[in-house]
Amino acid sequence: MELGSLRLAMPTAVLAIVLSTAGRPEHSGAAALPGQDLQAKLEYCKTCHGLSGQGYYGYFPIPRLAGQQPKYLENQLRAFNERRRTNPVMANVAHSLSPWMVAALAAHFRNLDARPIGGGPKDRVATGRTIYQEGLPESDVPACSACHGPEAKGQDEIPRLAGQLFPYTVNELTNWSKERGQGGTKVDTSAIMTPTAHNLTQSQIAAIAAYLSYLP
Amino acid sequence: MKSITSKLAMLAIFFSAGGPVSAGETIPIRNCTWCHGTSGQGFTTAPRLAGQRHQYIINELMDFSRHRRDNPLSKQYMWDAAANLNPRAARDFAMYFSSLPTRAANDGDQELAAAGKKIYELGIPESNIVSCLVCHGPNAEGVRQIPRLGGLSYFYLKKRLQQWGEGYHAAAEPMPRVARTLSANEIDALASYLSFVK
Repeated sequence: MELGSLRLAMPTAVLAIVLSTAGRPEHSGAAALPGQDLQAKLEYCKTCHGLSGQGYYGYFPIPRLAGQQPKYLENQLRAFNERRRTNPVMANVAHSLSPWMVAALAAHFRNLDARPIGGGPKDRVATGRTIYQEGLPESDVPACSACHGPEAKGQDEIPRLAGQLFPYTVNELTNWSKERGQGGTKVDTSAIMTPTAHNLTQSQIAAIAAYLSYLP
Repeated sequence: MKSITSKLAMLAIFFSAGGPVSAGETIPIRNCTWCHGTSGQGFTTAPRLAGQRHQYIINELMDFSRHRRDNPLSKQYMWDAAANLNPRAARDFAMYFSSLPTRAANDGDQELAAAGKKIYELGIPESNIVSCLVCHGPNAEGVRQIPRLGGLSYFYLKKRLQQWGEGYHAAAEPMPRVARTLSANEIDALASYLSFVK
């Protein structure tokens, strides 16, 4: 009885929050369309990004979204759509999402707290922690913690890194300037990471990614 | 004569490179090839095993023996076949078949292949259909426990997708939820496209 009413109350409460923060008049009535239904769209996202948003090892690593900063998610979806971030699959996904849907999805993933999958080489974790917390002054690499926070939870448009999939972090840092900030004219906040990603060696990237992959 | 020699030579390379796998000695390969074809290329309803990912083959054998893969033909043939399989034998079977060269079934509808390719690569976000490529690879080659789909037969691919939609093999997440989003036409297109992929 109590469980039943809770189950009913929870989605309603979530919807109420979502609608009150991001509701737009043009959305009313659109919920009947399959592509506009939040639950169906969440299931779509989680088919690839994991049922708890924990990420997934496909042929390509599919990043963790659980606990991600909503502003970062919204920025990235816009970047995919505007081809500033190169990813044909996600460009297609982002193109189909209304601003209302993006806000609702981002708010949902923000509140997920899946356990990290882990998977990075354990013997690199200690080195990774040191680089993350202190940087590499001799290579002009600032401490990651300075922007991403001591627990790697991120803030606003600065992404959470804690619990991110090892091969995903490695790929992103390795290909930063080839994947992000593309297309020239538009301002893209990813530029801030370009020198740092450039100054890291493959071994240092692996160490940082290993450390983050286990971070709750 | 020449072709016989070269085949024998290939077999010799095979058995020596395969290490513990020497077909017919430690594991009864003929028990599989009876249905799956002498070179593991599949036959009517039994899918191609040649070139399949070895971890996937092991996982499926376990799913048959634990009755998690409960599709009608699996139940009819593979439950018994996998019932008394020990992990060592499962691994050896998997190593053997995964190392055979794969071919394409080419039995789909050529006219649907282009539409299938588009769904395979990009999905259809408006209908909440995910991209297959992200997990199964750009060439449908699979990786680790994720199966190769390229070159499997149209009928097998179609049946599997249909049966996930009907509730069979529910343990194989995320495929049941993927299949539920696909229409009959979309399944036709995907199965057609994949049957031609080498």
